[in-house]
Amino acid sequence: MATTLPPPKPEVFRDPEKSGNGSTGNGGWRNLVPAEGSLRGVEEYSPPPSSSAIWVGIAAICMSFAAFTSALIVRQGSSNDWRHITLPPILFLSTAVLLASSASLEVARRRVAAYMGGLGRSVESARLWLLLTFGLGLLFVAGQYMAWLQLRSQGLYLATNPNSSFFYVFTAIHALHVLGGLAGLGRVIRKLGQGTLRRSTLNATSYYWHFMGVLWVYLFVLLWMRI
Amino acid sequence: MGKFLAVTIIVIAIASAIPVVMHTWEAPADISTHGHLIDNQMADTMIEAGVSFLAAQILLAIFIWQFSSPSKDGKLKTFPGGAKGLVGAAIVLVGVEVLALGAFGTKAWATVYFTPPAANAIPIQVQAGQFAFYFRYPGADGKFGPIHPELINEGTQNLFGLDPEHDVESRDDIVTAELAIPVNKEIHLLMHAKDVSHSFYVPALRIHQDFVPGLDLSVHFTATQIGKYEIVCSQLCGLGHYNMRAYLEVMSQADYDDWLKKQAAAQ
Amino acid sequence: MHEVSAAPAAHHGPPTTFIRKHVFSTDHKVIGIQYYHLALVAVVVGMVLSWLMRIHLGWTNAAIPGLQTLSPNGAPGGVMTPEYYLQLMTMHATIMVFFVLTTAPFAAFGNYFLPIQTGAEDMPFPHFNMMSFWVTLTAFLVLITAFFVSDGPPLAGWTSYAPLSAIGKAAGPGQGAGQVIWATALGIFCVGQLLGALNFISTVLDMRCKGMTLSRLPVSAWAWFITSCMGLTAFAVLMPACILLILDHVAGTSFFIPSGLVINDQLIPHSGGSTLLWQHLFWFFGHPEVYIAIVPGMGIVTHVLITNMRRPMVSMKAILYSMWALAFLSYMVYGHHMFVSGMNPFSSLAFSFPTLMITIPSTVVVLIWIGSLYGSKLRINTASLFALGFISMFVSGGVSGFFLAQPSIDIMLHATYFVVGHFHMVMGVAAMFGIFSGTYFWFPKMYGRMMNETLGKIHFWLTFVGTYCIFMPFHYLGWAGNVRRYAAFTDDYLKPLIPLHQFITVAALFTGAVQLIFIYNFIHSRVAGPQAPANPWEGTSLEWIMPSPPPWNNFGGKDPVVYHDAEQYGVKTASGADYIMQNSPEQALGGAEGD
Repeated sequence: MATTLPPPKPEVFRDPEKSGNGSTGNGGWRNLVPAEGSLRGVEEYSPPPSSSAIWVGIAAICMSFAAFTSALIVRQGSSNDWRHITLPPILFLSTAVLLASSASLEVARRRVAAYMGGLGRSVESARLWLLLTFGLGLLFVAGQYMAWLQLRSQGLYLATNPNSSFFYVFTAIHALHVLGGLAGLGRVIRKLGQGTLRRSTLNATSYYWHFMGVLWVYLFVLLWMRI
Repeated sequence: MGKFLAVTIIVIAIASAIPVVMHTWEAPADISTHGHLIDNQMADTMIEAGVSFLAAQILLAIFIWQFSSPSKDGKLKTFPGGAKGLVGAAIVLVGVEVLALGAFGTKAWATVYFTPPAANAIPIQVQAGQFAFYFRYPGADGKFGPIHPELINEGTQNLFGLDPEHDVESRDDIVTAELAIPVNKEIHLLMHAKDVSHSFYVPALRIHQDFVPGLDLSVHFTATQIGKYEIVCSQLCGLGHYNMRAYLEVMSQADYDDWLKKQAAAQ
Repeated sequence: MHEVSAAPAAHHGPPTTFIRKHVFSTDHKVIGIQYYHLALVAVVVGMVLSWLMRIHLGWTNAAIPGLQTLSPNGAPGGVMTPEYYLQLMTMHATIMVFFVLTTAPFAAFGNYFLPIQTGAEDMPFPHFNMMSFWVTLTAFLVLITAFFVSDGPPLAGWTSYAPLSAIGKAAGPGQGAGQVIWATALGIFCVGQLLGALNFISTVLDMRCKGMTLSRLPVSAWAWFITSCMGLTAFAVLMPACILLILDHVAGTSFFIPSGLVINDQLIPHSGGSTLLWQHLFWFFGHPEVYIAIVPGMGIVTHVLITNMRRPMVSMKAILYSMWALAFLSYMVYGHHMFVSGMNPFSSLAFSFPTLMITIPSTVVVLIWIGSLYGSKLRINTASLFALGFISMFVSGGVSGFFLAQPSIDIMLHATYFVVGHFHMVMGVAAMFGIFSGTYFWFPKMYGRMMNETLGKIHFWLTFVGTYCIFMPFHYLGWAGNVRRYAAFTDDYLKPLIPLHQFITVAALFTGAVQLIFIYNFIHSRVAGPQAPANPWEGTSLEWIMPSPPPWNNFGGKDPVVYHDAEQYGVKTASGADYIMQNSPEQALGGAEGD
């Protein structure tokens, strides 16, 4: 006789209403619009999707730049046409600008957090810090553009040699991502003005922005060492 | 309906196996010294894969046959051994055997790729371009003249871009459109791609190697049967890919010497 | 601190205009259906291309009526030129791999059912989701324009090996504009899939309803989650590769083009690029892509099987771990595509063993499926027939992997029809069977009507036998050394194989024609099928608690609460049903069933 199927193990019944049941979510979408446009009403009780999505997005960008990096290493190893170029000095300045923008964003984030936590009187100073961050971001992109102009004036174009190719590709792709971050910052500033900003949105945007800074430092060191 | 599916699966499984067992379609007979290692490995894998294939399909069919029309009050039964048995079977019966097979198979791979060519192997260069192979023998000096890509000109038949005026080594190089080799002598084939990727595939010789532009690779082999065999390109190289081929002529040593003399005279 | 209001407003109201409802919709269900329809259009195009190719391979000089009208240059007098054959082949593969095998099982079904199965009202980023579809559609349209540029589509195959793909016009017809279009389309496609993957992952992590722990997620939801993790990493690598390829074309860089190449006696003005770099980048994406095509199918089939076997899998954990193992291993093994492409021969061995190890999770999954059939109460319907067919195909396609994983055997089989047979069987046909199984299973939910079972079964039988007749012989051709990507077989040792090619062609035309039954059934049932009940298959997961088709906000504005995993089949209940739905607080009665 074949054995019969044992009865399915009765699940230990946990009232999902009472216990959080470990990893339940509550549907983060429910918090998207704060009650009555008041920032202080936006207290979240479930991990908002943006908090994990931003890490997912950062992982994808890391993967892309890992691919670019390995392309650079393979390309350098495969040929003897690798000619070192001197990086435009303005890059040091734009690096400093981008790092400063990270710092100013962090100040803004803390002010908003303090305000939402019931401290602080208004979000106006946070808004100013955010605007400063936005301006510094724009300045960074302009700095990258200046760097390209400097290279061009030395006769180094995209196709001149592999080093210049990689320089233009890396900086351009990174600048595109920074522009994406600026769009996010613009959205945060707009929402802050309307009083519909969620803290998770601000957090996600600032993680992304800090990541742009870290990524740039990595790229800068990579370009400095290899190109 | 379920029983019909069971029968169909078994019929398909057995019908699929018949041409394999009957050797209806087979690779050309091996003419190399290393080919039997590959053939043996292939045969072993065939048994392993064939048994797995038939066992899985037949088991699937039997269970479909047996359980597709259950009585309404029938009891559910659990597979004897349960999950542990099944996972264990997967690891022991299939996983370990396949890994062992792979481990033994490294011998064949090592024979082809890890042993350097013998010192007295005959060097021959092959150049693949859209859509033909050309071969170059070093001539009496035993040295190949350098390739100057900018001099390659099919109109003047300078297929390798040689510059005999300046390069002494190039002067006695012999360029041919077919690969003639002496039987039972090791050949060291130096591979050069002129334009895009190609591949040097001689099924009878059990040799298969891509040409990689910018990377000069080499293979070595020994042919054991006199005869004429086809060399085909197996790496997509453009519109004439299907028609890109050359002939490998395995000759006796005497015939080979004669052939080489004739070719040298014709240069 | 403010209290959170008890009934927070939902984030979007029901769409009112036609455009919002059916075109630029942010509803994941509409997007899923849009993806499905895109895949249907793409599969028809891809299949017609394969017919044309097969006719040419069987009867090389036959004139195909009407083909000259489609492409006067490619088929003068209706007879295909070799380059046109390669162009059709490239387009067939690209369309099938990207716009059918990735969109249908993953993007289409995943979009529709992942939020529902997790108990969410929608994806967390509905606008990204909408963009994901429209970007993918744009990619498809861009790809199709390759047919209409002067030189036609590229001929370098879906792998587009450099430098053939990078040099430009000089390398062959379609290698200029066509190849750039191809790379652009793929780059755009990557953006769409990255947006999709972002949504999928966040849905699973953050949008689960109360009680829906990760371990209670249905297996199909797990499969989509695993697939989106793979897609996130794979497409993020393909995109840089495409960007560099486009730059080699339009900007004169030399990423993939080495020095000293000569075409038509002209020196190519590039230097120093690495041919193998393209292969490394491409296959790092390309191998996981194969699993992106098949893992959702495995999830769908498992989901369909437990419903129709009326019992839980012997071990769902083993299946889940195996799918994770497959996903993980898929990144370790990509080098097995490059055994004979001049990679260090030691690397070949290093790639060989992880490849052989893939046998283990694959076998575990197959044995769990087969072992779970034992003692089940299998219900035969079209969905379960296709699921069983999937197992058979997966086994047939899988065992040929034993050969290809070994570098020494690959010396004989590399770039032959054996490879073509292997991947068509395992990621083409098996994945298609997964799609069909999912379609017959979920059609009632998606469209609110039942499909015709009789037509469905006829479709299954003819397709099952037909696909074996097409793809089994591919393996025999490969053993005989038949090289793939040949527009005709002019070599002496290949000529005897032509009758086998003709047999395959007949089988392919027949099997293709059979798909018309499916299309008819699909359209007819959509319009005139009988109304579907909410739970036609007596399933347990959350898609079956809602009406067919579901309302715009899925659960009618009320969050479901989940008490069980989705495997509560074969249980004894007070009502006499042999299953308990995930949202039912009911507990199975003690004692073995049938006591």
